Amino acid sequence: MWDHEIRAMASTHAIIAASVFMATVLPAALVPGFSVYGTHLLWIYSTSGAVTAVSVAVFWLLGVTPPTKKHTLGYKLSRLLRSCLYYFLSCLFFHTVVVLYGAPLIESALETFSLAVLLTSLTTLRCLCVLGPNVQAWIRVFSRHGAMSVWDTCLQITVACTVVGAWVGAFPIPLDWDRPWQVWPVSCSLGAMIGFLTGLVAAPVWIHYHRKQLTYKCK
Amino acid sequence: MKGLPVLSLLLWMCAVYFVGIYLFVGGFLLVRLEVNRTSTCGDVLQPGKEPGDFCRAEPRFRRAVLLIIDALKIDFARFDPNNTEPKPYENKLPVLEETVSFRPSHSRLYPFRADPPTTTMQRIKGFTTGSLPTFVDVGNNFASSAILEDNLIHQFGQVGKRVVFMGDDTWENLFPKRFHRSLPFPSFNVKDLHTVDNGILQHLYTTMVGDDWDVLVAHFLGVDHCGHRFGPDHPAMADKLTQMDGVIRSVIDRLHNDTLLVVMGDHGMTDTGDHGGESQKETDAAIFLYSPSPLFPTPPSQSEPDVVPQTDLVPTLALLLGVPIPYSNVGQVLLPLFPSHEQAEGAVGVPSQLEALWINAKQVNRFLETYSGMAKDIPPESLSQLKDEFSRLSSEYLSTVREGRSPSPKLAASLQAYLTSVRDTCRATWARFNPLKMAAGLAILAFACLTCFILSELSLVLIRENGPGLKAPVVVALMMGGCVAAGQLLTQGYIETAWCLAAAALSSELLFLWRARRSRTVTVANNGSKAPKCTSWLTPRSLLVPPLLVPLLRCASLLSDSYVIAEGRAVTFLVFSLALYIPIHLNWDGLLLPPSHDPLKAAGLVPSAALSPSTVRKESSTLLGCLGLLIGSLYLSLSFHGCREEQGSCQPSPFLSPLSRLQDSQLKNLHYILSVCSLGLWTYLLRRCLRHYGNLNSSGGTVFTARWILPLLSVCLGLHWAVSATPEDSFRNLAELISLAQLALPRATFFLLALGLLLIWLDPLTVFVKTRAPATARGPSLPPPRYRASTGISPQAELHHLIPQIYQRMRRSLEDGEVSGGGEADNRPAVEAYGLGTVYSAPLLLFCGLLGIGLLLLHPEGMALSFLLLLFEMGALLHIHASSTTLSGLHGTYTGGFYVPWTPIVLWSLAATQFFHATGHLPTFPSIQWSAAFVGFPDGHTGTILPASLVTLNTFASHILFAVGCPLLLFWPLVCEVRGNRGGRACGEEGEDAVMEMRLRENPQQFSSALLQLSTRYLFILGAQTPVIPCSQCLCLSSQVFASVCAAAILRRHLMVWKVFAPKLMFEASGFLVSSLSLLIGVTLVLRVDVAVGRWFKRLIPDASR
Repeated sequence: MWDHEIRAMASTHAIIAASVFMATVLPAALVPGFSVYGTHLLWIYSTSGAVTAVSVAVFWLLGVTPPTKKHTLGYKLSRLLRSCLYYFLSCLFFHTVVVLYGAPLIESALETFSLAVLLTSLTTLRCLCVLGPNVQAWIRVFSRHGAMSVWDTCLQITVACTVVGAWVGAFPIPLDWDRPWQVWPVSCSLGAMIGFLTGLVAAPVWIHYHRKQLTYKCK
Repeated sequence: MKGLPVLSLLLWMCAVYFVGIYLFVGGFLLVRLEVNRTSTCGDVLQPGKEPGDFCRAEPRFRRAVLLIIDALKIDFARFDPNNTEPKPYENKLPVLEETVSFRPSHSRLYPFRADPPTTTMQRIKGFTTGSLPTFVDVGNNFASSAILEDNLIHQFGQVGKRVVFMGDDTWENLFPKRFHRSLPFPSFNVKDLHTVDNGILQHLYTTMVGDDWDVLVAHFLGVDHCGHRFGPDHPAMADKLTQMDGVIRSVIDRLHNDTLLVVMGDHGMTDTGDHGGESQKETDAAIFLYSPSPLFPTPPSQSEPDVVPQTDLVPTLALLLGVPIPYSNVGQVLLPLFPSHEQAEGAVGVPSQLEALWINAKQVNRFLETYSGMAKDIPPESLSQLKDEFSRLSSEYLSTVREGRSPSPKLAASLQAYLTSVRDTCRATWARFNPLKMAAGLAILAFACLTCFILSELSLVLIRENGPGLKAPVVVALMMGGCVAAGQLLTQGYIETAWCLAAAALSSELLFLWRARRSRTVTVANNGSKAPKCTSWLTPRSLLVPPLLVPLLRCASLLSDSYVIAEGRAVTFLVFSLALYIPIHLNWDGLLLPPSHDPLKAAGLVPSAALSPSTVRKESSTLLGCLGLLIGSLYLSLSFHGCREEQGSCQPSPFLSPLSRLQDSQLKNLHYILSVCSLGLWTYLLRRCLRHYGNLNSSGGTVFTARWILPLLSVCLGLHWAVSATPEDSFRNLAELISLAQLALPRATFFLLALGLLLIWLDPLTVFVKTRAPATARGPSLPPPRYRASTGISPQAELHHLIPQIYQRMRRSLEDGEVSGGGEADNRPAVEAYGLGTVYSAPLLLFCGLLGIGLLLLHPEGMALSFLLLLFEMGALLHIHASSTTLSGLHGTYTGGFYVPWTPIVLWSLAATQFFHATGHLPTFPSIQWSAAFVGFPDGHTGTILPASLVTLNTFASHILFAVGCPLLLFWPLVCEVRGNRGGRACGEEGEDAVMEMRLRENPQQFSSALLQLSTRYLFILGAQTPVIPCSQCLCLSSQVFASVCAAAILRRHLMVWKVFAPKLMFEASGFLVSSLSLLIGVTLVLRVDVAVGRWFKRLIPDASR
């Protein structure tokens, strides 16, 4: 039914996944002493930067973003500003949630915030790209009958996978194995990233196999 | 409503669980057989000498003084002259260091390592018998019973030495009538630092100067009590240690040449002054040996032992004093005290090092032989290995002696190695399991879980007439139990209760399951629509929904020791996740937000149920607000956790230590004010809640309790805190008053609490009936038109509809009354009942509140904050449950029953565990708050039941509160229902909607089945956790059998079994016991209220309708 869109989605996801891969490999070649565990914050920022840049570019090129009502420059600027604000607020929100989940409050605040940035660029940014700075729409999307296009369904799947991945990533922390990836927040950010990549793969596949059942009301 | 079947089913369920736990624990906890044989002088221990020689020889020392300073940690005994700023417990015993450095051949100081459990009674047992402890012994600390095994005191008595004892009265219980003279002093009161010590000092010196003693045992308790009360880092500890320094000096001055002085601690203490566990701080005590005559033949050298195990004292003392080594000793002699072969030449009666080792080894070998003849628990291969080793050594030794050549040092070393390996083998294997009992217990527990689950699914069927009753399972259980008992009587001649119980429980379970299965197929056949509902729960898809996934995760987490160690945080994590799941799930179903008013949707997609956007918005904001409250209290509760010793960088919560330990008076005041404020808030919130629902109007017992006893209780508690926090020396002239208040205030609180609970039980109704002005109300034009009009068919139906009417009127008059004073007389029914809508929940709420204050009394003061958080969390959970029910109800998915879904129940039970940790408890033995036993009984107890129950109440406070309050989950959606509807009155609330808990009376059958379902679900969640730990232990133990390759891993696991899992099992099992009993209490209270309400209606209705 939506073969065209599914194909577009698959290629988009491939590009994003490649960007994640490059963001991991390139610094390893350029920065001396770079490793995912050792210089974890650097990895987080490089991957989230890459994902941010690539998704914004790709979604803008594809034109998935809902059309703006007005075409004035001021309106566009305000939208951009609001998006940046939402991005930042979402970082704070994730930070709070992670702290409430039991992350240390003061000691490794920078690590926690980096995790929040990663989560934001994996989840909120996509919402911003697909739905625009409109919280009402975000809340609406995450309900059973809330998806209004293939991209919305894809958004549901990737966001859920990322969040669940980060959640599962917290499990190995208390174990007494003394591995480098058990250090806060390595396991959680790795979990989030793995979940995100899984979501990238799963979304087109799932939509492809359920394309008969999917019906969207509007649009 | 049928109360009896609900109660009996629950009782049966609990009984089955208990039997399972009893069986498993009975098979799992290790029992070491005591060898009741004693060594005698006639035992030929030495080769080449005629029997009986042993005791007659002149011993090296004629007399000995044993000064036992309880909890004398090795850190206390060391002296560091370079330490310029010693802590209160450092450098306070200079006498030891002085003596050691000035008279090196007369004295030595060693670390003295105790075996866990490091409690005083076990330690006394350890260093008098020389045997290793077993796990079960821990429980006996309250009532120590006489030692039956061979021990030093007995041996001293046998050879006619006069043992004089003074100090800790535990000794008197352990060795009744064994002493020549005994001056015991009470040891139980931990707060009393001086009675025992001063009592000893009164008699010690006079006794020493006299000549009617050979062995003098003096056990000082001051240091230990000081640690318990103030912790080691307190000026009082400095005073106490300085006092001990003086005592040691005076004793050294009074020693004769033929006397040996042993100064030792029985165990150490942690940084908080507690002991009982197996951390090095707790096990490492100090031992100091001194004699005026040269004691050590060689100067201190490299070959000195780093650490002296506690059992080693037994053979050493026995040989030095010339008595046989106690029969079941596994310690080895302390070699530096014995002369080497060359030095021993010529000296009579002094065994050389090699001789001492030989005597020791021979005794140990004899014990091993006897023991392996009695019990089969030592693995045969290691046993035969040890035997071979011994026979090799013995032939080597005998040949050496016979030929008279000087022995090689290798022989001594291998004898030592033999003794060490015996000790290690014993330590490793004195865990005697009964695998059959364990398996049976596990099977019963597993079936009990399954039964519980099925019971909860089939609760409606069971309550009906045709459901499978309980009669047949009980009869079968009795029969099976009787049969097994008879069979045992015939074949073995005695009855083993455990197996009878097991047979009974298992048979009744199986019968019940079979009948349930059959009845289900019958109902399915009768009622086709039920079929999917009954069979759907076994598919994996339905098991993976978060409300069941979370308890599954929780159970899985119990399999790993890391998660058990970090349990507090893990449970908080899970609660938080599940709480977040509720709004997300609601949003997923589109229930959280009012639907947008698209023309499309309004046309037909959504059924135009009674949903108004404002109501939805209001409920969602309540839900989110409560979620915020829940999360906030969850997060704050993390700061009340205690610390396990395995958690390295962990600081226990400052609120955990009692106020009297705080030294900064400003901080103390702050803590006190905080505690009192939260206590006040607790009381205020409870009263506020009751008043809000109109439950404070009548004059019954419950209302009296809520009005007077509740505030009085909190005042008493606040005063008690104030009194117990006063520093001892600040009000010297008021000391008597203070001690009286310390006695009277908690007792008054206990009394008030009991009175309040009794009143609630006797008169649980909180309904205030107001009869309207008689002239109009009894006029002939009434009965009130509306219900006549609606269903005036039969008196039965009339009765049914009267109840909501009454409630309706009451509600309205409450509202009018506030506005206009309620003076007008229209044609309303003659009766108004205030508080009828919350008639069930009000007494239960009050009951919980009272109980909470009572349990708070047993906790340190700072825990008041945590209890307040507990109340918040309870309220938030209830409201979240209520609003989510309402939200799903408003959209038409409400099924009409009162069934409580899994999510809130799981949250409820997780919250109980979470607050177990957040009230400063941990599933380890050292963290038990023993001080709870002294609340109201500062002078100690005579019995053991009262202190044990007080400590149990303290430990499982949150389990009790949550289990008693569990039925509230059933009532709360109904309580909140009105509030929800009142906001949306615009959408046509007609008459019979707002009846709150009276709905339950309208459908008694559904009520009882919902109650049954709720409680069985709760039991299931609780019970599912219990068998997991046994499983993990079985896994650990069976891994021992299989994986002999990775020895290190096994050792580690083995340690984990005893350190982490076994205490966890004990706590989990007793927590389950306490919770299920409290749940039964809660359910019984609800049934009691139901009976009372029924009676009330009977009284009311004749004069209301006629």
